[in-house]
Amino acid sequence: MAMEAHDIEALLRVSFPDARITITDLAGDGNHYAAEVIDESFRGLNRVQQQRAVYAALKGKMDGPAGELHALALTTKAPD
Amino acid sequence: MSDVTTRIQDLIDSNDVVLFMKGTKEMPQCGFSSRVAGVLNYMAVPYEGINVLSDADIRQGIKDFSDWPTIPQLYVKGEFVGGCDIITEMTLSGELDQLLSKKGVTFDQAAADKIREANA
Repeated sequence: MAMEAHDIEALLRVSFPDARITITDLAGDGNHYAAEVIDESFRGLNRVQQQRAVYAALKGKMDGPAGELHALALTTKAPD
Repeated sequence: MSDVTTRIQDLIDSNDVVLFMKGTKEMPQCGFSSRVAGVLNYMAVPYEGINVLSDADIRQGIKDFSDWPTIPQLYVKGEFVGGCDIITEMTLSGELDQLLSKKGVTFDQAAADKIREANA
């Protein structure tokens, strides 16, 4: 089952209300997205910690064959 | 510790660089695994590739072990470095070179520079 870009953004928005979030549909198939999340809460965290927080916000949507999101390329950072 | 946790711990303890991936180093079966294996192969990093597709316990076990939902996953000297996006970023920024140097893992510096040149 595919997800829409705005569904992904809405899900992330719950955990990162003030973040700059950009979702790109890479293949136009509703299945391969890139997400850039820029949030103050990432400051001082390494990339693994930042992306764990993003995966946590997605609440299992990435998990395994039953997950709704097959591919989400992540870029995370704190604002410059 | 469960059996699979012990097995994963053994793998990352006994190999300096371990890539948990879909498919093998020689024949990756997923684009994301392929990208990371391709970088390591090209940079001549000695590493152990673990094909999670041939072992269902490891496939789920490594996600729990690392608290990370996706494959591939790269470990260097027992430390989880990241998945495909992080490794790609670190390759292009030179941070992967720094990490490998710091951890005493050999790699081809000229090849690493070439990747960056090609993607500049």
